[in-house]
Amino acid sequence: MTTTIALPRVQAFGDVQVEMAHGAGGKASRRLVEGLIVPALMPETSGEPLNDAASVTVGSEQLAITTDSFVVRPLRFRGGSIGDLAVNGTVNDLAVAGATPLALVCSLIVEAGTPSETLRSEMLAVGEAARRAGVRIVGGDTKVVEHGKADGLYITTTGLGRVDPRARLSPAWVRPGDRILVTGHIGDHGITVLLARGDLDLAADLGSDTRSVYPFAAALVDAVGADLRWMRDPTRGGLATSLNEIARDCGLCFVLEEELVPVRDEVRGACELLGLDPLHIANEGQIVAIVAGASAESALDAIRSVRGGEAAAIVGRVDAAPARTVLAVASYGGTRVVDMLVGDPLPRIC
Amino acid sequence: MKYVDEFRDPRLIRQASDEIRRLVDPSRPYRIMEVCGGHTHAIYRFALADLLPPNIELVHGPGCPVCVLPMGRIDEGLSLVDEHEAIFTTFGDVMRVPGRHGSPLERQARGAEIRMVYSPLDALKLARERPDRHVVFFAIGFETTAPSTALTLKRARELDVTNFTVFSNHVTIVPAIRAILDSPDMRLDAFIGPGHVSTVIGARPYAFIARDYRKPVVISGFEPLDLLQSIVMILRQLRDGRAEVENQYGRTVPWDGNLPALRALADVFELRPHFEWRGLGFISQSALKLRAEYASWDAEARFAMAGVSVADPKAAQCGEVLKGVLKPHQCKLFGRECTPEMPVGALMVSSEGACAAYFSYVHRRMAAAEQAT
Repeated sequence: MTTTIALPRVQAFGDVQVEMAHGAGGKASRRLVEGLIVPALMPETSGEPLNDAASVTVGSEQLAITTDSFVVRPLRFRGGSIGDLAVNGTVNDLAVAGATPLALVCSLIVEAGTPSETLRSEMLAVGEAARRAGVRIVGGDTKVVEHGKADGLYITTTGLGRVDPRARLSPAWVRPGDRILVTGHIGDHGITVLLARGDLDLAADLGSDTRSVYPFAAALVDAVGADLRWMRDPTRGGLATSLNEIARDCGLCFVLEEELVPVRDEVRGACELLGLDPLHIANEGQIVAIVAGASAESALDAIRSVRGGEAAAIVGRVDAAPARTVLAVASYGGTRVVDMLVGDPLPRIC
Repeated sequence: MKYVDEFRDPRLIRQASDEIRRLVDPSRPYRIMEVCGGHTHAIYRFALADLLPPNIELVHGPGCPVCVLPMGRIDEGLSLVDEHEAIFTTFGDVMRVPGRHGSPLERQARGAEIRMVYSPLDALKLARERPDRHVVFFAIGFETTAPSTALTLKRARELDVTNFTVFSNHVTIVPAIRAILDSPDMRLDAFIGPGHVSTVIGARPYAFIARDYRKPVVISGFEPLDLLQSIVMILRQLRDGRAEVENQYGRTVPWDGNLPALRALADVFELRPHFEWRGLGFISQSALKLRAEYASWDAEARFAMAGVSVADPKAAQCGEVLKGVLKPHQCKLFGRECTPEMPVGALMVSSEGACAAYFSYVHRRMAAAEQAT
C-alpha cells in the first residue's frame, strides 16, 4: 500500500518588486523561491520540499550538487571572512545532504577599486578553508563590475559531493518521538556580523562559528545510520527557520526546550538589548539534526566526540500535534509558538 | 546571564503564579491593562497566559509608539525624500511600517536613501559626514526615546549643523491613559504601568489614576517574574480595596524619574495642542513638538508640511484592538489580509504590537487547539 502525502499548495509570487526581505532567508525568501523561481525552472517539482543540495545519480554513484552565493558586509569579521563562508557554506550544504564534499568551483564578482590586498587575503582564506574542509577547488570564473555595484566582492561556490549510501535523509522519515539535536552554540555568526558592521556601539567577545560541519555529519551517519532522519545547517533565519521548514515539510510539531538550546551569554545579551530572538540569528558552523528517539544519546555522543562538538545538545522532540508548528517551552512552563523570521531581524529601539 | 536568569527562575515563577491563584476571587473577572508595548511583547513571548487563572484578562494598551502613529505621518516623513532629496533616518521599529506608498524598507529597495539608526546621534553624525545632503531623523517613541532626541538637537544647535532636522512624532503616555479612563467603554480594574517610560518620568505622573479614578497602578519590569509580581501587587490592592501607585521596577525606576532627562525634554520640546493617535483619535497635549528656539532643526517648521490625514484601511480594526475592546484575532483582517509579512495595520508590524505578538507567539497554537475540539 502506498500513502500519498498531499503537497502544500504553493502560492504564486504576487509581490510587485523584490525587497531585501526576499533575500533574508525567512518567509519572504521562501515565497519568492517557491512561488516564482521553482515554478519557472523546475515546474515538475513544484511543491516538493526544497533541500540544501540536489541529488543526481550517475551510473551507480549518487552525487549531491549545490551552489551558494555569498554577499556579506563587512568582508572580514571576527572569526572569519567572506572567503571562509564561501567554502564552508557550500561544504555544509553538501554535508547536511549526507554527502562527502569532493570538489568546488569558485566564481568571483569583484568591484572595481577593491584593493588587491583584500582580494589576495580572501583568496588565501578560500584556499585555507578548502584545505581544512578537505575539499579541492577545481575551477572558477572572475568578473569585475563598476565601482559602487558590489560591496567589494561577491563569491559564488558550487560544490559536488558523494552521497553516503547509509544516509537516508528526508522529512518523510521524521516521526513523533524523534529528538532534535544541535551541534553547538547558536547565533554566534549573526551577532558577530551585526556587531562588526559598527552601527551599534556594542562590543562583545564573540566570533563567527564559520567552519565545515562535515565531521559532525559524518560522525552522525557513522553512529546512527538510518536513525538520522534529517539535517540542515541553520544559516539565515536561524534555527527557528530551519525547524519551521521541516515542520511544514513533514507536517509534525517540533518542541524546543528553551533552556536546553545552547546560547552564549554574549549572544543572549545582544539579543535582549536589541529585541531579537537567538533562534532567528544566523549560524555558519552548526547542524540541526532530527534523530530517532532511541538513538539520540548515541548521536549526541558522536557529535561531542568530534573536536568543536563539545557544546552539542539534545534540545527538543518531535510531536504529532499541533501540525506544522514549532513551539518553545520555557523552564517555568510557558509555551510559545516559534515562527519563521519575517524579513531581516530589525532591532527594536523605541 | 545576570539580571535576566534570576527573573526567569522556575521556582520563583511558580511561587508567584501560586500566589496569584490564592489571591484571585474566582467569582469575578479581572481586566488589567498593560499600557506598554514592551510588556505586551513580553507577555506573549513568555507565554504568561499559561501561568494565570482564566479569569485574569490582560488587556493590551496603547504603549506601542509605532502602533499609535497615524499613517499620514509616515507618508509625510517619506515625502521629504521625494521633495527635498533628504536622507531619511529612523529606528528599526519604523522600517516596516506601511505608508500609502510603501514602507521605508520598500522605499529603500526602490533606491531611496533610507538609513536605520540605533540612536538619533548617529543621524546627526551622518549629517555631518554628508554636508551635501539634508538628513532628517524621523523621531518616534514615548518619553523613553525622546530625551535622546532632545540631546541630539542640543548637540546639533551647539555644532550649528544646518543640514539636519528632526520630524518629531514623540508622544507622551499619560494623556493616552487618561483618554482610555475617560472612554465610555472603559471596563478596566487596574494598570500595569510602563517600565521604560517610567525610568524617565518616574511614578508621580500616575498618581491621578489612583486618586481620581480609584484604579491600582503597578509599574513593572519586563521579565516574567516582574510581570507576575506586579499582578500579585495589583491583586493585593484590589483585595484590600486600595488604589495606589506602586513601583515593582524599583531597580530601574526612580520615584521622581530621571531629572537630567526631564530637563533636556523641557529645554527642547513643548506640548502640541493636540495630536492624532491611531484608534484613539485626537488627544490634547499628548505629543511633543520642538520649541521655537529649535525651529531651524524642526522638519515641520522648515519644510512647511501639510499635516495630511490618512484614514486606516476600512476593514482594519486597529482602533478597537488598541483600546482593548477587541482581541487581536477578533479583527476581521487578522491572519488573513493582515499578517506580519503583509501588514495592513501597524499593530501587525512592530514586535511590540499586540497583533504581531499574538500572531507570532500564540495564533497557530490556538488555531490548532480550536481545530482539535
